[in-house]
Amino acid sequence: MSKLLGYRRFHPGMQPEYDFPPYASTAKRHPTRPLVIAPQTLSELTGPVFGYGDLKPTDNDLTRQHKGEPIGERIIVSGRVLDEGGKPVPQALVEVWQANSAGRYPHKTDRHDAPLDPNFSGAGRTLTDVKGNYRFVTIRPGEYPWRNHYNAWRPAHIHFSLFGRAFLTRLVTQMYFPGDPLMPLDPMYMSIPDEKARLRLVSRFDLENTVPERALAYRFDIVLRGREATPMDRP
Amino acid sequence: MRLFASGSQTVGPYLHIGLTWLNTARIAGPGVKGERITVQGRLLDGDGRPVSDGLVEIWQANAAGKYAHPEDRQRKALDKGFRGFGRIPTDAGGRFRFTTIKPGRVPGPGGKLQAPHLLVTIFMRGLLKQLSTRLYFPDEPANAQDPVLQRVPAVRRATLVARRGRKGLLEWNVVLQGTNETVFFDY
Repeated sequence: MSKLLGYRRFHPGMQPEYDFPPYASTAKRHPTRPLVIAPQTLSELTGPVFGYGDLKPTDNDLTRQHKGEPIGERIIVSGRVLDEGGKPVPQALVEVWQANSAGRYPHKTDRHDAPLDPNFSGAGRTLTDVKGNYRFVTIRPGEYPWRNHYNAWRPAHIHFSLFGRAFLTRLVTQMYFPGDPLMPLDPMYMSIPDEKARLRLVSRFDLENTVPERALAYRFDIVLRGREATPMDRP
Repeated sequence: MRLFASGSQTVGPYLHIGLTWLNTARIAGPGVKGERITVQGRLLDGDGRPVSDGLVEIWQANAAGKYAHPEDRQRKALDKGFRGFGRIPTDAGGRFRFTTIKPGRVPGPGGKLQAPHLLVTIFMRGLLKQLSTRLYFPDEPANAQDPVLQRVPAVRRATLVARRGRKGLLEWNVVLQGTNETVFFDY
């Protein structure tokens, strides 16, 4: 069998630690033993492949999944999925979920006293194109309180889940909005030690993709683990 | 150009909204070749309490030891309709259960064969980045020479091997903390 290109290890400081006391729920849910460093084998260098047959046409437009239009500020969220070498990642499955414009999720465990919107489920998915581009139409999610600490509020955010080309490129993250004053107070956002790495989770206002009289736009590029420069015959 | 991988964030408590559409507890349909297996277990936190808002994802080869992926260039047949991917949310009791086929052996470092295994990824509220582990099979002689199991301290290897339960079920718990803490991998 030919040698396979492995994936680079994560850069120090750019990923959260499992044990992060400001986010209280990590206390009983982080591993206490060191992780075991393992070789990257064919198992980890492959991963599930998705196609257009997995998707419906309205899956990337969260404003058209019900009879009426959802309440809120219509936005376009788009960007590219790249690897650490700057190359586009095509055919990557991108899944999103978010609160409605009032900061409420249609979920049985969300008891926040804010209205549900019968015209908004808050879930979408798409595949990146050959240049790694993806695009969603949605509404701007609201901030909402949570019980992590006194007067805790999550900044507005959209959850993103991505499959790249391999098991090792799987990523779940969150996209934030520029200028949100809640970000520096948010343990989830602050769990990423490096400030520049945190800022890369903040979308930017995207005038070019706004639709006059219709929707504002935000751009959010996502970077998945990249490959080593040369094939490694790993021990 | 050198970019850096985006930072991971938790799936949070409302993960089901975005992820349920792809729930796949039956990983292998009726036409797929191989020995049928059912795996069930629980996801348990540091107090031994069930994690009711977790998600388990599975990645596996087919019975011939071939992955449905373009970078698997082995001369082995694919099974039509078998992606090899599973996604199973935990229930109120922290339980997960899925059916599939036992995968064949796939090559490891230096071309040496690995023992049959499933790759498992864990997500949950309170977990800022996913955890990766592996499930191995009981009564499998190849486990003794598996290049990944050999990296694991001998006393902890049992956490990666399912137990034969009643009616042929394979039982395997994922334990986040404590004496039986599951081995998680870093690649």
